[in-house]
Amino acid sequence: MDSDDDFNSSQLSDDEIMDDSDVALDDDSDFEMDQDDMGFDSQDKDIKPAKHAYEVDFKVFSPQQIQSHQDKQIEEVSNILGQPPEATAILLRHLRWNKERLIDQYMDKTEETLESAGLGESSESNPPKLEKIAGFVCDICCEDGPELDTFAMRCGHRFCLDCYRQYLFTKIKDEGEAARIRCPGEGCTRIVDSKSLDLLVSESLKDRYHELLTRTYVDDKENLRWCPAPNCVFAVECGVKDKELMKVVPTVHCDCGHYFCFGCSLNDHQPAPCSLVKKWLKKCEDDSETANWISANTKECSKCNSTIEKNGGCNHMTCRKCRHEFCWMCMGVWSEHGTSWYNCNRYEEKSGSEARDAQAKSRQSLERYLHYYNRYANHEQSAKLDKDIYLKTEKKMTQLQNTSGMSWIEVQFLDSASQALQQCRQTLKWTYAFAYYLARNNLTEIFEDNQKDLEMAVENLSEMFEKPIDQLQGLKVDMLDRTAYCTKRRIILLEDTAQNLRDGMFSFELRKS
Amino acid sequence: MSTGAKKRIMKEYAECAADTPAGMKIIFDEQNMTKWEVLLDGPDQSIYAGGHFKLEITFPNEYPFKPPVVSFKTKIYHPNVSNDDKGSMCLGLLRPDEWKPPNKVVSVLRLIQTLLIEPDIDDSIEPSIANEYKENRKEFDKNAKDWVKRYAK
Repeated sequence: MDSDDDFNSSQLSDDEIMDDSDVALDDDSDFEMDQDDMGFDSQDKDIKPAKHAYEVDFKVFSPQQIQSHQDKQIEEVSNILGQPPEATAILLRHLRWNKERLIDQYMDKTEETLESAGLGESSESNPPKLEKIAGFVCDICCEDGPELDTFAMRCGHRFCLDCYRQYLFTKIKDEGEAARIRCPGEGCTRIVDSKSLDLLVSESLKDRYHELLTRTYVDDKENLRWCPAPNCVFAVECGVKDKELMKVVPTVHCDCGHYFCFGCSLNDHQPAPCSLVKKWLKKCEDDSETANWISANTKECSKCNSTIEKNGGCNHMTCRKCRHEFCWMCMGVWSEHGTSWYNCNRYEEKSGSEARDAQAKSRQSLERYLHYYNRYANHEQSAKLDKDIYLKTEKKMTQLQNTSGMSWIEVQFLDSASQALQQCRQTLKWTYAFAYYLARNNLTEIFEDNQKDLEMAVENLSEMFEKPIDQLQGLKVDMLDRTAYCTKRRIILLEDTAQNLRDGMFSFELRKS
Repeated sequence: MSTGAKKRIMKEYAECAADTPAGMKIIFDEQNMTKWEVLLDGPDQSIYAGGHFKLEITFPNEYPFKPPVVSFKTKIYHPNVSNDDKGSMCLGLLRPDEWKPPNKVVSVLRLIQTLLIEPDIDDSIEPSIANEYKENRKEFDKNAKDWVKRYAK
């Protein structure tokens, strides 16, 4: 890892924490992991090599780099197609930067391809220019006059310069459009190319335009994604495809310090795959559990649909709302039972027991969910307190420097401990969502053991972290050990889970609501 | 609002006034030319026949680079008109990405007339009404006529 990276990142990477603490560790397993075939053949030599099964290859790009990538591709395709760069850029954007498809389509049906991209008849090399035309009336502002500067692209829809400018300004500034701005002419689908645009608009708007073009480039490219951190301008490249997301959790680390999932842009959610995370979040959000409880304990009045909880032993129910009287057993009208009540009972015996089974099952599934949810929420809560912890840590570090005469560098162990805690809790949180959907097999036990070990390690460290200042100094070595142990446990869990996930050793019960 | 925009609105009004589409009356106030009031008769061949609808056309400051805003002041049971006190419409020409500066208000008015005769089900603002139109035309017609009687007489 590049040392600049580390300097900029707000969280320590695993490797760094490991490096700090290698002394205390047996590094054999790590060594083996390094030898593993990662399954993703790196096509770009600059991409930093993945070290663990749970890490993926990725590369971070600055806006300038993204721009030069575009330029390079445009130049390359421009040479193949024999089209000027502006037209090539439009064509590439039109086909969402799929070079191969563009070249195929172009070679196959040149005119149609140009037409569909809004380039109309082949764009020769006479550059766009302003003209003054006698007898012209602008269809937008209704101005006329022989001195009026006008502009039209090859489609011939001519407007005055001011209107054309204003149109482009509205599109770019207000609507954030760039790659697909169409000619202002009624019904015309021709795209305004960048050369025409450069002729028409002011410098500052040009900058915005090119910024937006760069945006669409990243949006269109399957292997590029913007870092979702606020105000971050970097994009990350990663080769993991959508269809692989059930087998890989591609966490990437932006140069701004943010860890996020390349698959779904959410914060790092290893070891749980994106689809599970999505389902889980929806489940927790939906408040579907209230509904679950209701279905486990109540029935609806057959007349007014009010939800009714049976709180007494008698089957003769009277709805409080509509006064409808019915039998809890068969949901039929009570008056119809009359003396034949026992028939109802006998008839319903089988389905009644089925209903009871169904209710017990529902109750069970609710308790199961709550088990996982409570643990998930607990770690999430702790993760939310991360900021507090971090602030407290800083304070403790200063205090420790003052009281013990330790140097800044000597109190860094608290910072490392705090960050390790944050990271481990984040992982733990997602292990519970993961476990909720995990179908039992031989491997789940190992997973649960790993989870248990990590949780214990985290709790041990967390406990020590709360100790009063005067004791902390003496605990330094111990704390370093425990921090290293936490990190190590986390890596083991992630490594093992990622490996099994990739090998398809896990199965999930995704139909669970 | 720029003088260009004002000039354009004036010109459009002059054109509209000279050749107002049938079944329409435009009330134009020179002091406040960015708000037009339009009185629209339900087209004869539509279920809204016999109804009189009041519409408001508002021209944004950026007009004609942004589309005019249409709102039904008279309640109408229609898949493309929002069922709230705004009575807004947002389809076809009226969408910012579809609108082109040379487009004229008169085309917007014509579009509204066409939509009263034949709603655009695929681009509805009221999915439940659209669904009723598709699945239970009788019920839709009944409701629409009912509303005409109630609100548009």
